[in-house]
Amino acid sequence: MRLIRLILLCLIMPAAALAQSFEEIARALPEGSYDDRADRVSALASSGDPRAEALLTALVGGDLAVLKSDGRLVIVTDGSATDALSGDPAGSVTRRDVTPVRVNNNLRGHVRAALGTLGLVAESPAARTRAAAQVEAAPDPAQLSALEAALSRETDTKARDALEIARASVLLVAPDATPDERAEALALIAERRGAAAQGRIRPLLSDPALKDAARTALADIERAEALRGWGLTLWQGLSLGSVLLLAAIGLSITFGVCGVINMAHGELVMLGAYTTFMVQEVIRTHAPGLFDWSLAIALPLAFLVTAAIGIAVERGIVRRLYGRPLETLLATWGVSLILQQAVRSIFGPNNRQVGNPSWMSGSVEVLGLSLTWNRIWIMLFALAVFGFLMLVLRRTALGLQMRAVTQNRAMAAEMGIRTGRVDALTFGLGAGIAGLAGVALSQIDNVSPNLGQGYIVDSFMVVVFGGAGSLWGTLAGAFTLGIVNKLAEPLAGAMLAKVMILIFIILFIQKRPRGLFPTRGRAVEG
Amino acid sequence: MRLIDRNMTVFLGGLFILTVAIPLMQGNILPGYAIQLAGKYLCYALLAVALDLVWGYAGILSLGHGAFFALGAYVMGMHLMREIGTRGVYANPELPDFMVFLNWDSLPWYWLASGSFAATLALILLVPGCLAFVFGWFAFRARVSGVYLSIITQAMTYALMLAFFRNEMGFGGNNGLTDFKDLLGVSLSSPEMRLVLFIASALALAGGLLLARAITASHLGRVLVAIRDAESRTRFLGYRVEHYKLFVWTVSAMMAGVAGALYVPQVGIVNPGEFAPANSIEVVIWVALGGRGTLAGAALGAIMVALTRTLLTGWLPDAWLYALGALFILVTLYLPKGIVGALGDLRPARKQSKEVPA
Repeated sequence: MRLIRLILLCLIMPAAALAQSFEEIARALPEGSYDDRADRVSALASSGDPRAEALLTALVGGDLAVLKSDGRLVIVTDGSATDALSGDPAGSVTRRDVTPVRVNNNLRGHVRAALGTLGLVAESPAARTRAAAQVEAAPDPAQLSALEAALSRETDTKARDALEIARASVLLVAPDATPDERAEALALIAERRGAAAQGRIRPLLSDPALKDAARTALADIERAEALRGWGLTLWQGLSLGSVLLLAAIGLSITFGVCGVINMAHGELVMLGAYTTFMVQEVIRTHAPGLFDWSLAIALPLAFLVTAAIGIAVERGIVRRLYGRPLETLLATWGVSLILQQAVRSIFGPNNRQVGNPSWMSGSVEVLGLSLTWNRIWIMLFALAVFGFLMLVLRRTALGLQMRAVTQNRAMAAEMGIRTGRVDALTFGLGAGIAGLAGVALSQIDNVSPNLGQGYIVDSFMVVVFGGAGSLWGTLAGAFTLGIVNKLAEPLAGAMLAKVMILIFIILFIQKRPRGLFPTRGRAVEG
Repeated sequence: MRLIDRNMTVFLGGLFILTVAIPLMQGNILPGYAIQLAGKYLCYALLAVALDLVWGYAGILSLGHGAFFALGAYVMGMHLMREIGTRGVYANPELPDFMVFLNWDSLPWYWLASGSFAATLALILLVPGCLAFVFGWFAFRARVSGVYLSIITQAMTYALMLAFFRNEMGFGGNNGLTDFKDLLGVSLSSPEMRLVLFIASALALAGGLLLARAITASHLGRVLVAIRDAESRTRFLGYRVEHYKLFVWTVSAMMAGVAGALYVPQVGIVNPGEFAPANSIEVVIWVALGGRGTLAGAALGAIMVALTRTLLTGWLPDAWLYALGALFILVTLYLPKGIVGALGDLRPARKQSKEVPA
């Protein structure tokens, strides 16, 4: 096999074997039979000489000519001639001064194919890869020899990969390739190109020799595509889940510890997003160089702003309503209306522009899936917030007290825990986390006064589904709902998927009225 | 317990006087749209009474009563759409305009009954009633209560809102149902029809109040209050708590549906925005302001808030949400029994202070 190829190679490229200089071959272009001239074109193209491109382009365009006066090879453009080899101007010429180098259709096709392979011998591997991709896009059997020559020299892995695919593409359309070669080429393309090759492989189903190979290749591609689709759905579900986790986790701890639903939670998320906007505005006007740090600066600020509001709400309103959870719900709804309108009055009702720092824009390719950096960072951030809360709850005195109050408020008070202080701090912590969520959501959502409204029902669902006051429950709830939502979307459409999930949760509460991970204790008994 | 107590007498008397006075004053003292506006307020009041029945007496804080209201409204809206007939833009005798626009060739099955007024009247009760029955059946049997119940009622209305926004549902999608022409052959914009709708709203409100009062004043009503105040204890006494709750919940939803059905011909449009959770929560503050568990107070609260809203959005549009937000906070903090409840507290206190020196 290899021997045959080698022999073929030698047969096809006699010009190269003769080791004539570029100039000599070029000067011989007008002479001899069309077959000889085609060989010379191949030789020029594979020479790697930078002059080859202009020369061959002129040849195919009919602009290459021989000066009658001194026999020099020139390129004629708009009545002025340039020496084709030295590049010097050769004065203005008329049609009578020159003899055009003749080309027929056959040779023209050959030159075009040769032009396509010019890049294959370029200096940089990137240029060679590009050229191989061009060959792959428009394969021509005439390019086979140049490709094989390039392959035998190629050392760069990426360029080699591209060349192999290009060669396979050419083999698929080459009339004189053996069925074995073509089947091999088909397998290579199907393996490396996946779904993008489907269009190229499908016509081969009518080719009796390749029918079976094409069918298996298509089936493989479809299987791989389906797998990729599932991967993508899973990723989107995880991404939505992390957003839900961020939005719901603060709500969950205040509900768990204080037994109250903070209806203003969504608005605290919105305030976090507006804090990011403010930070970016200040940075834009005073220190544009810090823009990439804007989120890092906004995080503590957003936490402080929203935690302060949260503590104020707890001290001013929620504290007076303990034992009446439904009234708390109404009062915090009032707070949410006021916060919403306040933001609308100050910043206007329209969306505000919050930019992505450079490290959050763009995307990365993982296993054939294109994952955007902002989604990846938000997922990591959500998990970090979860870990941070876990640490607070498990490793700090406040966390211990919070868990004690969640389980049995009266007993905790008997043991000397200042439950009022724990309530205020919990509320502040929950609100602060809403602020952190706002910073993250400002990167993927519209920053408008209605930002919080979009998440409030969903985050309630997460809390109810996972079980109030349980961090693990919130985590499980958020990711389950996120993934189920994305799985259902292609089946039923975005809106109907949401409706189905809400119905599912309403039914789920039948079986487990306290959620997936019910908190043991008394605080949740309304 | 008397069926018509003091509060009820005062409120029904006031309602009667207004029902007579507003049509008389319209055009001279009050602006020309006063009847329509007042009719709208009365529908709100009926919705508030429906909510008070479940929240005030059975302790079920529904954040989704707007859904039942909107369902009643849609049933009525469908009938009004059918009455447009060939006067629509596309002049299709059978299909409403939006269906022609969506290239539908026949009415979906759930639109078939809407051609008949009698069937529509039945559906106004049945559609919200059935939804409430099914929802309540699941929720109360699983002993979902307190904030959990509030949250899933909110989810219910939110889900319905999303569903009704879809064009494929066949309820006009985003735009809802509008461009109504007449009801029972009489133009909706004629003064007679407006007067009839206004009086019908007043009668529905009075009827709703009396029905709610009859329920709450009965033995069943006392069991409901017992459930509200100590659910487990009531259950241990042998009462099937979920049956009581389910009954009052379904009645309340039907009442809300009637309110919605009367509302639509007076405002001329119904769209999925009626299902918005914020609307349902606003109803709660009407009840809280007027006085939870006072029925007449709830109706009064609805009218007061709606009137304030109309006036304030006219004068200072930005101030309305501040005012509403403040109302939520101040009423829950300082007026837990609402206006009627606070007035009620004043009276026995005076009586007692007279008795003590004697």
